[in-house]
Amino acid sequence: MISRYQRRKLVNLFNLGIAVLATIFGVFWLIWILWTTLRYGASSVNWALFTQDTPAPGSSGGGLRNAFVGSLILLGIAVAIGAPVGVLAGTWLAEFAARRKLGAVVRFLNDILLSAPSIIIGLFAYAIIVDPSGHFSAYSGGVALALILIPVVVRTTDEMLRLVPGSLREAAIALGTPYWKLVTRITWRASASGILTGVLLGIARISGETAPLLFTALNNQFWSTSLDHPIANLSMVIFQFAMSPYSNWQSMAWAGAFIAVAFILLLNLVARALLGRRNRKA
Amino acid sequence: MSATPRIHPRAEPGETAATAGMGAIKIDVRSLNFHYGRFQALKDVSIQIEERQVTAFIGPSGCGKSTLLRTFNRMFEIYPEQRAEGEILVDGENILRSKKDIALIRAKIGMVFQKPTPFPMSIFENIAFGIRLYEKLSKAEMHVRVEGCLRQAALWDEVKDKLHQTGTSLSGGQQQRLCIARAVAIKPEIVLLDEPCSALDPISTAKVEEMIEELKNNYTVVIVTHNMQQAARVSDKTAFMYLGELIEFGDTEKIFTKPDKKQTEDYITGRFG
Repeated sequence: MISRYQRRKLVNLFNLGIAVLATIFGVFWLIWILWTTLRYGASSVNWALFTQDTPAPGSSGGGLRNAFVGSLILLGIAVAIGAPVGVLAGTWLAEFAARRKLGAVVRFLNDILLSAPSIIIGLFAYAIIVDPSGHFSAYSGGVALALILIPVVVRTTDEMLRLVPGSLREAAIALGTPYWKLVTRITWRASASGILTGVLLGIARISGETAPLLFTALNNQFWSTSLDHPIANLSMVIFQFAMSPYSNWQSMAWAGAFIAVAFILLLNLVARALLGRRNRKA
Repeated sequence: MSATPRIHPRAEPGETAATAGMGAIKIDVRSLNFHYGRFQALKDVSIQIEERQVTAFIGPSGCGKSTLLRTFNRMFEIYPEQRAEGEILVDGENILRSKKDIALIRAKIGMVFQKPTPFPMSIFENIAFGIRLYEKLSKAEMHVRVEGCLRQAALWDEVKDKLHQTGTSLSGGQQQRLCIARAVAIKPEIVLLDEPCSALDPISTAKVEEMIEELKNNYTVVIVTHNMQQAARVSDKTAFMYLGELIEFGDTEKIFTKPDKKQTEDYITGRFG
């Protein structure tokens, strides 16, 4: 006959064991992915990767310059459209529609958009931009990425603003502060690092997206910064090169994958640091 | 709570309730009813608050004292489910029905809250923010004005070397004095204090109470407090509220020594509440 205390200890041990196993299982794959990209990718990173464009099939040498620049341009367009729209929409939700039914409806729709498959977003951008204009283009890719970025930014802005204590709003209102000034000067400022974190995490999310670019920015083997033409981008190049029979393409795909993972890791670290600063202040 | 009623320290010998009640009326509340949704928090409250006096609202939690205070600057309006009926005359004008810009009404009425609420900006900007809402001052004028406000709050010596640090870097008591300085910086006529010391230690509380003494010379002060000794120490008039009703209102000295109503006596002697 085991005592109640011993029984509790056994149950505790069992549950703890399962939790630890689940954690190890999850982290194991993550570390494997990081390790693989590091092992195959890091060794292929060299100076030419950043100075030369993607090579023609069968030729030796070459780099990923056009793909890096293209990806940055696409991210730039997406952030230029998505960040302001997302922050303003999130502000409307938290500050102006917090107690209204319409706010709840919009918040629900935003959550649906947040989990919409990215290929559908790409198809949508194809239908509204690529098809009418008759050709693939960098800006249509940027718009598709912006549509993925917006709900992420809306969600975090909304949540961060709702963390601002009501007493701070009341204090500003008691001074006779107009509501728009209360939002721009006080609640935005109080949640600035949180909102910025949301934008950074959103960028991390879209920087690896491939599906929406398939229908929009497509790819470009050559150097191009024109927004009106198809543009090279890292994720499409990785896809194309990794599937190719050429060994220099394959190793470049690994190098590109490594750089992409490192970029996302960096964004996450910066976001964490910002959020940490915010929490220390609070 | 102490069972010993305290004599108000500033009461003149021979002063009676009648002569003490001669000041001009600053806030005149007439049959005010207040609802949070379906819950009625104030029931037919009428009270006259005198100019340049400190009026304290006391009573057990949930009696409606904070609710009453928050009607004076229409703070409740930002919450759609809250509504007030009746009249609140400030200088003879019914602010509940006023067509004036609400910001102008609030500019006349400063408010300080239970928890210190410094804005997420520097100590200097915390004071300058409110001033800029109403006045356009040069850099030098603003500096003089901010320094004056901080001196008034007896905070200047403590913060003069770190005016550009964030307001949240101050201690709780300093933050609360900063908030009082911010409220009076826009030169209001009335200062509303909603349990301003309940989050402060005794020394900070004493400093804030000193400020309240000072404020009385220039402003009409209304303070909500849970602390009966504090009401006895700082106020000229005291209103006792219970379950949304104003039970008794009069000179602080009288309320704390020989109240008319049994309920008031029971509360101040600690028999309930």
